[in-house]
Amino acid sequence: MASSMIGSRVERTEDKKFITGKGRYTADITLHGQTYAFFIRSPHARAKIKKVDISKALAAPGVVTILTGQDIIKDKIGGLIAGWKIVSKDGTDMKLPAHPPLAHDQVNYVGDHVAVVIAESLEEARNAAELVNVDYKVLTAVVNTASAMTSEAIYEGIDKNLCFDWELGDKAKTEEAFAKADRIVHLKLNNNRLVPNAMEPRASIGEYNSSTDDLTLYTTSQNPHLTRLVISAFNGVHPEHKFRVVAPDVGGGFGSKIYPYAEDVVIAYAAKKIGRPVKWVCERTDSFLSDCHGRDHVTEAELAVRKDGIVTGLRVNTIANLGGYGSLFATVTPTYLYAPLIVGLYNIPAAYCNVKAVFTNTAPVDAYRGAGRPEATYLIERIMDQAANEMGMDRAEFRKKNFITAFPHQQCLVHNIDSGDYHAHFNKALELADYKGFEKRKADSAAKGKLRGIGFSTYIEACGIAPSSVVMSIGAGVGLWESAEVRFNATGNISVFTGAHSHGQGHATTFAQIVADKLGVPMANIDLVHGDTDKGPFGMGTYGSRSLAVGGSAISKACDKIIDKGKRVAAHMLESTPEQIDFKDGEFIVRNSNKKKTIGEIAFACYLPGTYGEVKSPLPAGVEPGLKETAFYDPINFSFPSGSHVCEVEIDQDTGVTKVVKYSCVDDFGTLINPMIVEGQVHGGLAQGIGQALYENAYYDETGQLVTASYMDYAMPRADHFPEFKIEYTCTPATSNPLGVKGCGEAGAIASPPAVMNAVIDAIGTDISMPATSEKVWQALRTKVKSAKKAA
Amino acid sequence: MKSFNYHSASTVAEATGLASKASAYLSGGMTMIPSMKMRLASYKDVIDVKKIKQLHGIKVSSKSVTIGAATKHAEVAQSKEIKKAIPALCTLAGKIGDAQVRNCGTLGGSIANNDPTACYPSACLALNAIIHTSERKIEAAKFFTGMFETALKKGELIVAVEFSIPEKSYYVKFPNPASRYAMVGVFVAKHKAGVQVAVTGAKAGIYREKAIEQALDKNFSEKALDNIIIDSSDLNSDIHASADYRASLIISSAKQAVAHCK
Repeated sequence: MASSMIGSRVERTEDKKFITGKGRYTADITLHGQTYAFFIRSPHARAKIKKVDISKALAAPGVVTILTGQDIIKDKIGGLIAGWKIVSKDGTDMKLPAHPPLAHDQVNYVGDHVAVVIAESLEEARNAAELVNVDYKVLTAVVNTASAMTSEAIYEGIDKNLCFDWELGDKAKTEEAFAKADRIVHLKLNNNRLVPNAMEPRASIGEYNSSTDDLTLYTTSQNPHLTRLVISAFNGVHPEHKFRVVAPDVGGGFGSKIYPYAEDVVIAYAAKKIGRPVKWVCERTDSFLSDCHGRDHVTEAELAVRKDGIVTGLRVNTIANLGGYGSLFATVTPTYLYAPLIVGLYNIPAAYCNVKAVFTNTAPVDAYRGAGRPEATYLIERIMDQAANEMGMDRAEFRKKNFITAFPHQQCLVHNIDSGDYHAHFNKALELADYKGFEKRKADSAAKGKLRGIGFSTYIEACGIAPSSVVMSIGAGVGLWESAEVRFNATGNISVFTGAHSHGQGHATTFAQIVADKLGVPMANIDLVHGDTDKGPFGMGTYGSRSLAVGGSAISKACDKIIDKGKRVAAHMLESTPEQIDFKDGEFIVRNSNKKKTIGEIAFACYLPGTYGEVKSPLPAGVEPGLKETAFYDPINFSFPSGSHVCEVEIDQDTGVTKVVKYSCVDDFGTLINPMIVEGQVHGGLAQGIGQALYENAYYDETGQLVTASYMDYAMPRADHFPEFKIEYTCTPATSNPLGVKGCGEAGAIASPPAVMNAVIDAIGTDISMPATSEKVWQALRTKVKSAKKAA
Repeated sequence: MKSFNYHSASTVAEATGLASKASAYLSGGMTMIPSMKMRLASYKDVIDVKKIKQLHGIKVSSKSVTIGAATKHAEVAQSKEIKKAIPALCTLAGKIGDAQVRNCGTLGGSIANNDPTACYPSACLALNAIIHTSERKIEAAKFFTGMFETALKKGELIVAVEFSIPEKSYYVKFPNPASRYAMVGVFVAKHKAGVQVAVTGAKAGIYREKAIEQALDKNFSEKALDNIIIDSSDLNSDIHASADYRASLIISSAKQAVAHCK
């Protein structure tokens, strides 16, 4: 049974609790003597705080305490940090404003944290919050990404609102490519700002035991150890060894729950200060206002092309909006996660990318499903279409001409791509999508009065972040290895501890499949433990499609150590040598004999290493009792999933409504552990990516008010917006990890926006920005008709 | 949500007897409860009217369909009797919100709230509905007085709504991509006396689009609307749709409605 576990569509073991309402989320936790917190947030995008008057509110019924920015100063609570240092092209370090968990002198976006009211009930906290009087001096807000550098400076000492002006690539070589180009293709792009919208809003509960000095924070986190490290080392709330962070069931993150937020710091600090548990659960509108948003790039790109259709250079200038502060991974997202991938999966010999990151009076922007790679993919895939169209070439053939074909491939920017076969997945996708039949379908649509378009997105991304020595050399404040512990219990079942965190990814199933496969133990005897700093070893958490490639590899490595020890014990028990022992399907066998021990017997013997029945002192000299191994895995390279997505849309000319009528994709995620879970990941990613292309947009008005602060105005995709997705795979295993896996969590969101937009543009024959709402498409068609009339 | 006294009335008299300046009637609660949770509204007394028998039931005569105020959208959508008399009402009810909303929200609640983007007011106006209340009968044309405003007096309770049966009618909704309320909703009803076209979602309140009515009176066909120009000067304009786009949607929705009229 064992070897069949990899690649098997095992049902998700975690689903039973979720679909029967038995999940245990942070908001489900109620502690004895618990108090309730309500945050007072800035209603202004930019204002000086003249005074916070809490006197009336303090006297309101049920109020336990009210904390403000002054308390943060008095108790020396540190600010929130940006954990990745970017150096500008002039050699200076990035510039960051202070980011206190409760503002004391200035608020910098609508939703910024001003004070917290803690009361016996949530209603009392909210009632008292209405009595807190904050005297603001409202200042002019900086909202627009493109004009932020020419607007008034938000912070003293940060000229032009510029965090950094960074570059990547060989500028001179790129200029040369452009000088020699037969054609230069230009494109301006906006990558629209998105709200992550995890199904479960953020929540935190702090609990402090003054007799033991233990502080616990239950929180909605994708990486509890990192949260503990940051709140301990940088915010200085409590020492790491006396501080436990638990991320129980978490209902989706998409990146937005990577970072410790102001609320986490304040709740942990408040619980310690008042000596009672403090619970905070975010409401949806506060979630819209204060969860880190995603994307928000303004880009100008140019492609240098030879007349035979070979791309020779790419030049990109991007302005990336960071929002009001520098969030934890905000600075790496539009730099190292973005720029190295602007060349896509094409063999482009010269490229240069300049990124200017700006502060504005909007919610902080950080990693959101794909983080940098969707922005890169949108850019290259849109400009490849533009180039093919301008040159009158078939868009599919134009791509094929420029694919990388030999591996490993050292691209001109950063990455050394270990494996892939781009023609394989593109050809398969064209067949799956029936590209040959498109013209007929287009004619059928035309007969109904509708416009039909087809769009491609052939993408690559970098996952499995990341080799620690590499990332730390380019500014990362942490290593990006992962940990695992495989602990046999005496009765032969196994507890597996991982530093990764599952908030929808299905780790309990996928990781158990790896262990079942490696150790030959039934899935039912394997339990996955994660999300509690008191249980497993320090882990780096889940983001960047890294859990399987890095965390799964750590588990695999720990299993190898178990097998090694098992061989030594088995050899001793079977009067052989470890070199003579083979391990297969859960059994240690003396080669060319029928002498064997099951792994369960070995585990039992390791825990009861004395004379026991027929077993006599099973452990050889120098071997410790117990059967438990820990492994830390630091990858040797990123992994590089790639794929080809083909989207077909039909557009109603009267209303401008775009319907995705066909969507086919073929992805190369390397080895698949559980294809059913992978499919689910692709579906979710596609929903978010199509959502970005057609519906979603976080819109701030000119005063910095978030107009789309609820589902009344923020348009989310729904199931009835989608056709049945056709999903297939090709496989070139990754060489950078022992499992051969590449990562699949973000691919759908990375690949689909350009596939959809290229299809829309193909249908209407004119450029349009994301999201391609019905009104925008209607306007574009109307403008086209008008200009056609004029020309006639 | 601020705390309040909850009452469940079993008769109209009991409900109106409990009403005060600081009370509100609760039917499906699809708008009222979120408003209370967001502290946009708070009441001393909330009087639940769902259990009042008189507010339930569907009666069809040769001239009209009378629907109890506490009838849920899902009940209207699935009613065989209504489908025979005014199928467009079933279509309209079946497009409100989502399945959960349709199984909680009620006809009376919808028109009492008079959300300028709600669907039901358009049917009331196009079908010359008479609103039966605890005190009187009000014609639809006089009932909807402004954005979230109606002719209802404090404590007055809607008991039933009587829709006149047209020769044919249809409702087309162009949903807002976020809220799925009507960005534009057009109810076309062809009565013996003439065509009535009510538009929701496009202005500060429900209204009749006379230009379309006149064109359809002359010639009840899609073509008749080809050259109609809707005055967009007082149409809503927001991040989802400009006034011009709404004007265009009114025409395209009206055309669809005419095409589907039955």
